[in-house]
Amino acid sequence: MSATIVSLPDQATATLPRKSFLNQEYGLKSWLLTGDHKRIAILYLVSITFFFVIGGILAGLIRLELLTPTADLMATDTYNKVFSMHGIIMVFLFLVPSVPATIGNFLIPLMVGARDLAFPKINLLSWYLYVAGGLVILGAMILGGVDTGWTFTTPLSTHYLNTHVVTAAMGIFLAGFSSIFTGLNFIVTIHRMRCPGMTWFRLPLFAWGHYATSIIMILGTPVLAITLVLVALEATLNIGVFDPTKGGDPLLFQHLFWFYSHPAVYIMILPGMAVISEVISTFSRKRVFGYTAVAFSSVAIAVFGFFVWEHHMFIMGVSQYSALVFSLLTMLVAVPSAIKIFNWSATLYQGSITFETPMLYAFGFLGLFTIGGLTGIFLATLGMDVHLTETYFIVAHFHFVMVGGMLMAYLAGVHFWWPKMTGRMYPEGISKVSAIVTFIGFIVTFFPQFLLGYLGMPRRYAAYPADFQVLNVFSTAGASILGIGYLLPMLYLPWSLKYGKIAGDNPWQATGLEWQIQSPPLTENFVEIPIMDHEAYDYEWLANKIEHEVQTVG
Amino acid sequence: MDSQTIATAPEEQLPGGVGRHEHPSFLRHHFETVGQQREAASFGMWVFLLTEVMFFGGMFCAYLIFRNWYHPAFVAGSNTLDITLGTTNTAVLICSSFTMAMAVFSAEMRRKGALMLFLVLTIFLGLVFLGIKGVEWHQKYVDHHIPGMGFSIQEFVHPTNPKAVALAPDMAEKTQIYFSLYFLMTGMHALHMVIGVSLLFFLLWRASRGAYTEGHIMPIENFGLYWHFVDIIWIFLFPLLYLISRYQ
Amino acid sequence: MSHISPVLWEFLVNWLKHFAIFPPEASTIAPYADALYFALIGMTITGLILVGCMVLFFSIRYSKTRHPEAVQIEGSTLLEATWTLIPLGIFLVFFVWGALLYFRIYNPPPNSMNIYVVGKQWMWKVEHPGGQHEIDTLHIPAGVPIQVTLISQDVFHSFSIPAFRVKREAIPGRYTTVYFEATTPGKYHLFCTQYCGTDHSGMGGWVYVLPRDQYKKWAAGNTSGASLAQNGERLFAVMGCNACHAGNSQARGPNLYGLYNSRIRMTDGSTMIANEAYLREKILNPSLHVPAGYVPIMPTYQGQISEDGLIDLVEYIKSLDSNYRLTQMMNKSELDSAQPAPIGGANQGAGAAPLPGVPKP
Repeated sequence: MSATIVSLPDQATATLPRKSFLNQEYGLKSWLLTGDHKRIAILYLVSITFFFVIGGILAGLIRLELLTPTADLMATDTYNKVFSMHGIIMVFLFLVPSVPATIGNFLIPLMVGARDLAFPKINLLSWYLYVAGGLVILGAMILGGVDTGWTFTTPLSTHYLNTHVVTAAMGIFLAGFSSIFTGLNFIVTIHRMRCPGMTWFRLPLFAWGHYATSIIMILGTPVLAITLVLVALEATLNIGVFDPTKGGDPLLFQHLFWFYSHPAVYIMILPGMAVISEVISTFSRKRVFGYTAVAFSSVAIAVFGFFVWEHHMFIMGVSQYSALVFSLLTMLVAVPSAIKIFNWSATLYQGSITFETPMLYAFGFLGLFTIGGLTGIFLATLGMDVHLTETYFIVAHFHFVMVGGMLMAYLAGVHFWWPKMTGRMYPEGISKVSAIVTFIGFIVTFFPQFLLGYLGMPRRYAAYPADFQVLNVFSTAGASILGIGYLLPMLYLPWSLKYGKIAGDNPWQATGLEWQIQSPPLTENFVEIPIMDHEAYDYEWLANKIEHEVQTVG
Repeated sequence: MDSQTIATAPEEQLPGGVGRHEHPSFLRHHFETVGQQREAASFGMWVFLLTEVMFFGGMFCAYLIFRNWYHPAFVAGSNTLDITLGTTNTAVLICSSFTMAMAVFSAEMRRKGALMLFLVLTIFLGLVFLGIKGVEWHQKYVDHHIPGMGFSIQEFVHPTNPKAVALAPDMAEKTQIYFSLYFLMTGMHALHMVIGVSLLFFLLWRASRGAYTEGHIMPIENFGLYWHFVDIIWIFLFPLLYLISRYQ
Repeated sequence: MSHISPVLWEFLVNWLKHFAIFPPEASTIAPYADALYFALIGMTITGLILVGCMVLFFSIRYSKTRHPEAVQIEGSTLLEATWTLIPLGIFLVFFVWGALLYFRIYNPPPNSMNIYVVGKQWMWKVEHPGGQHEIDTLHIPAGVPIQVTLISQDVFHSFSIPAFRVKREAIPGRYTTVYFEATTPGKYHLFCTQYCGTDHSGMGGWVYVLPRDQYKKWAAGNTSGASLAQNGERLFAVMGCNACHAGNSQARGPNLYGLYNSRIRMTDGSTMIANEAYLREKILNPSLHVPAGYVPIMPTYQGQISEDGLIDLVEYIKSLDSNYRLTQMMNKSELDSAQPAPIGGANQGAGAAPLPGVPKP
């Protein structure tokens, strides 16, 4: 009995489909002026990878500097710019758009049975806004950098720095609108463009996850926009809203900023969770355990996520009673995530499990997100947060959830849908190695940072007391391993475009609507709009279908 | 949240697939029916307006907090605004919403001339609003009430208006916050008006080509939503900025 | 914590300190914080083992070669309820525990010794009421509750002493406070943990916890000659405050004697407590909260007095309150009556009094 579910067409005779979205139109203009959600997804994929590489290089510089206790690799001012740019690029230009703008854009119409998103032109506009925002932020970096930290704390960012704060803020403002339009598109598409028979509870959980994410995108991001406008005005015109000597309040900025930035972290994890649902289901050959619970948990996280922002401010002199309320609410928001982890684990029960690369990344997600999420409880616990906040414990916590969680899920998704997007398989052997290397590198890099945090090592330190050096060296060593884990896909995935095996329609024998059409899909997605007559993850329907048809390729 | 299917009744179903162009020219290919397209566009505009609410919401939040803390300063600042101009502007915007609604009606009734007339009237009223706003802002400039441009607290410490309460200097300094918020909120509102008027010119041009009087009223309808929203924002701004414990 | 034997606890603490993954426990709440930390770690490990075992076990037992046919299971409301309510319950336990610890950290006992800290780019200016001034260092006596009142002169900073497990933001424009009671004499790191610009990593120093008699000696040898209150009294005269706050019946301003910590009725009917924050706010924004019976004629001193000056004035006004003077005197006499430490510095972990917070069997 084979240990894999991969079912490829006969490679001796297989060819890519004659017509697909990749070749139905040629030329630069057909790409840069496209309305096709699949092409826009590819545009995003390329630009997001570009910014990820820059952010990754900055991360490498950070870890190199932290090998030694003194600020010897670069001046402290430079280090401050490096970690600020790393944060800004990774949060706003990589994590926020990663899964929604690439995989979500590509798949949501396919999954709901539509020919495109509701507003293709707005989709293209959102990509241009993303690129514009990214270029403005890069411009700020090239012009000399920003050293506010990604959190732009006032009054430091408004009155005490002469770096390109306003430029960077405006770049983020533009990228934020990209996010808003993506979310708007998803919401309208999921509400109004489902094919006949596609009820809400027949949608794949991937769609539910993106629906929840989109709610946050449209409600939260505008508040960031106005906050950045206020920072820009305060910095240039000195309007005084954040300046205590003029009657303003620096804590007002904190509230406004975190009102977006906390839900933003859920923008940065829900799509990843959406991918994990699909991957675990496919590689266990089973419907996700507790479909309804997982669907509602996604929406619950999105809603509750708006009620917890003050937990970033527990030591900032807020009223102790408000701190109580927000600590309690934070405990509540942790519960739906726990529910999901248990549901995914239970999906494995009585399944038929294979260990292709997407599944390996998914397992990595389960372990690392569990640790990252539970360390969030440490921080939600008021008395504990006093000691742990603003230390490396926080850095470790958010890297566990964002990198160990979201980035692993992103890689799982890219690998899982790579055959659908390109028509070719990635090389399984090296990709498995890459997944394992990433997992090991990640743990070696970030686990010591929990210990550093409890020891008291503060964040954003270019130089630190010598007693912290050993753990920092471990962390940097891990980072070099992690770097290899991220470099390998950037090599073998492009390689596979030319040399990968032909994938066929449904190499994973998966149930989604997207797997019932050719790989890569036609520009118009479906020859005829499908009629959804079965539940999501209906493997019996799939078995029936395979029995009754002859699969052809090309 | 409808759990029904989306496809409409069979008689509206167009011949399936791509390449058969037996459908109105304005139906985009990714939509199955005109009804679906109209509903999607309308829903999309409502969601966009929701994002605008959140955008303005941040400003309103800051305003409420500072008004609570520095009430006397806000009273004093508010009373230096010209109530006549403010009320006129409110009336102008409400009339423009009416003309916009009439424009939508004309489009539905397929009356091109009426549609163009009402769009022109809406543009005119919008420009009147912006003009009056400009006059008000200029007035504030002359009065030295623009923070950062020679702001003076004289008027508040030694008021010329006999009904005004003199403020202590430190409270008078807080009027800067009031005026910063005033310019920020009305400025952001005016920016949305400018965008709206620009779009109106575009719609007027398209309307002159008959684009909206052949049954495809969607853009006019959705723009109308946007215009009404901008009007409603002003209806909140007006009392919050102009009517704080107004002297009689 | 009563079920962990003190011997085991000491062993655990020493082992962890030896391996440098654990800061020293040097304050009364440090053991409480560490206990909470261990409990949280326990929960995390349990959760991780639970999930890890499920994933590991299921993926081996139900791998395709062993289990070729998947069984479709919709779900189980009972299981959903279980794994919703049990984690919720556990999280709520930590919520309560953490809240109690939080209140303990930020609510000083009434007889605490007061120290002011002004943060600025990129140093901590420490001001003891007796007139001792330090930069980037803090000398405190062991076994005495200390309340630190913080403020920043420019941007956000954060005052952190990991060995005490306390931290508090220093914010421009308002006072924040934190409280601790050091138990073990020694030298401990002091950090700024809120990113504040170029020299953020250099904005730190040391906290020296001294046995009481050594602290007394230090305090006597390091005073600048005038206590904060005396400085404040001088400023009070120089800035002309006594013109209105003369303390007699014709005075235009309220009498400041006995004002500190009293409850004042405002013109709008509300009441406020005249604490440090109130006093500072009155000097900078006098017309914000006007006491009943007075008109807002007090001029503002915004921009004319530094944060240090404001602290001096606040201390002076506090010293006009007999209750405050009494507490300060009592604190001082407690220090004076401390027994001299045994020679050889064998004070580690022992101290003159039993350490509060160490569990009794």
